[in-house]
Amino acid sequence: MELKFILEPLLFSAQKPMSAQELRDVLANAATAEDADEAAKPYKKVKEDAVTAALEELAREHATAARTFRLVCVAGAWQFVTQPEYAPWLKAMVGVKNRPSRLSQAALETLAIIAYRQPVTRAEVEQVRGVNVDGTMQTLLERGLVEQSGRAEVVGRPALYSTTPLFLEYFGLRGLEDLPAADELRRIPVERPPAPVTADAGLATVPPEQLQLNEAAPSAPAAES
Amino acid sequence: MAEYKVQFEVFEGPLDLLLYLIKKAEVDIYEVNLTKLATQFIEYIDLMRAFDLEVAGEFVVMASTLMYIKSRELLPVDQQVVVEAEDEGEDPRWELIRQLVEYKKFKDAAAKLQTLEERQENIYPRLPGKIEFENPAAPAKPEVGIFDLLNAVNAVLKRFQEKTSGSREIYEDKWTVSEKIEFVLKIITERGSVKFSELFETAANRAEVVCTFLALLELIRLKQLDCVQPEPFAEIEIGRAVVAAGPAEMATPTPETEAEAEVKSAPATEPTAAEIEDTEVEDEFDDEDEDDEDEDDDDGEEAEADEADEQTPK
Repeated sequence: MELKFILEPLLFSAQKPMSAQELRDVLANAATAEDADEAAKPYKKVKEDAVTAALEELAREHATAARTFRLVCVAGAWQFVTQPEYAPWLKAMVGVKNRPSRLSQAALETLAIIAYRQPVTRAEVEQVRGVNVDGTMQTLLERGLVEQSGRAEVVGRPALYSTTPLFLEYFGLRGLEDLPAADELRRIPVERPPAPVTADAGLATVPPEQLQLNEAAPSAPAAES
Repeated sequence: MAEYKVQFEVFEGPLDLLLYLIKKAEVDIYEVNLTKLATQFIEYIDLMRAFDLEVAGEFVVMASTLMYIKSRELLPVDQQVVVEAEDEGEDPRWELIRQLVEYKKFKDAAAKLQTLEERQENIYPRLPGKIEFENPAAPAKPEVGIFDLLNAVNAVLKRFQEKTSGSREIYEDKWTVSEKIEFVLKIITERGSVKFSELFETAANRAEVVCTFLALLELIRLKQLDCVQPEPFAEIEIGRAVVAAGPAEMATPTPETEAEAEVKSAPATEPTAAEIEDTEVEDEFDDEDEDDEDEDDDDGEEAEADEADEQTPK
């Protein structure tokens, strides 16, 4: 029996989202059970990668079939979810989802910077946003969307912050690589807080076009560092 | 003027305000006239003061940066102060623009996250309740095959072989399969289930054993009865077939169970006195009820039983 066909009913009946590893364990258990079915035995030593590949194929098939529900992977665990456009009826049946209040604009901006740049210090976040982020940072920590993930090896050893698995769940993301425009935004390096601005030689009157040529380019190489 | 106040409330900082001003001027961030922007920015700060709003320190810092940029613009290039050996020898204009571009990107990313947040509110996961079956405690009992039954009945028959080995007697055929079907059903109805050997406890000779056994087979065939072994190697138990339960044809038994069934049922064929009494008393008791209950079935069974009767080995 094809692996994806076995995984589908497992996920259909699972009481919680299942990771590829958990599914693999189920397959192994089924194969080693005392009265194991002949069909179950070939999957005794199935690799996690093979399970993931089968799940991805299954998800693609569901997407192609354009059903009203689909198979998704959120924070590494797979589950069936409904398509968002059917929410009005689902709300009527099972009620509004129990979710904390929506995030403020400030919280979303701060969270975006942490998400794309993690691990990141508070000072770096403030550098990008241009404002103090103590309050919003506190909110994000309290809601469990970000956590302290270490300390930067610089003077003062400031705390580093990263997003949590709950962050992925909250936004329905499979992983950090699933963030919108992740490849573009993650590459932009955060500027170190600049030296005090003093009068500068001869550059003030450089026309904007020239600014772009000279300075827009360096932003790309800087990315590799 | 009130609209400005409303606008101001949504600004997340000086960069946000600058982005708003740039957007309002409908120019590309890279081509914005910072001098003009500085003027507008300071107008806003004045406005905030006029509305008695507390101007955050960040706004003041930004205003001073803009003022600095503007003041530089006033001087021709060759008259500007040249500062050597600056680590960050960058144009403050560029510095600001780069900061704006970067901020803009994250602001856009935040907007995307907001979309995801809203979307996620409308996505419902499939979370089935725990699947509970009616009798989760009942373990799957090993089913009994025809060979297990034959072995068991052989063990019972051995008892008579020994007894009759010396001489041969001719018995009157006083048992019929249909009678025995009634007998078996009665016992099963009374006791729920019965051990294989107990069915033959009262049998007087080989012919009776055979009749009872044929009755048993007939009932199994009609899916009235079910044979199970409560655990591997245990004695065969006969009970009422569960409605909608699987048919009584069984999987090929393993050699162990066959052998074991034989061994186990043999000693059990010696019934205790108490058990016999028990059976007899109950027999008398429930005679009438049973007849009524089984009347409907009887006709069909009788016909079947007659057929079986003819094949009874003599």
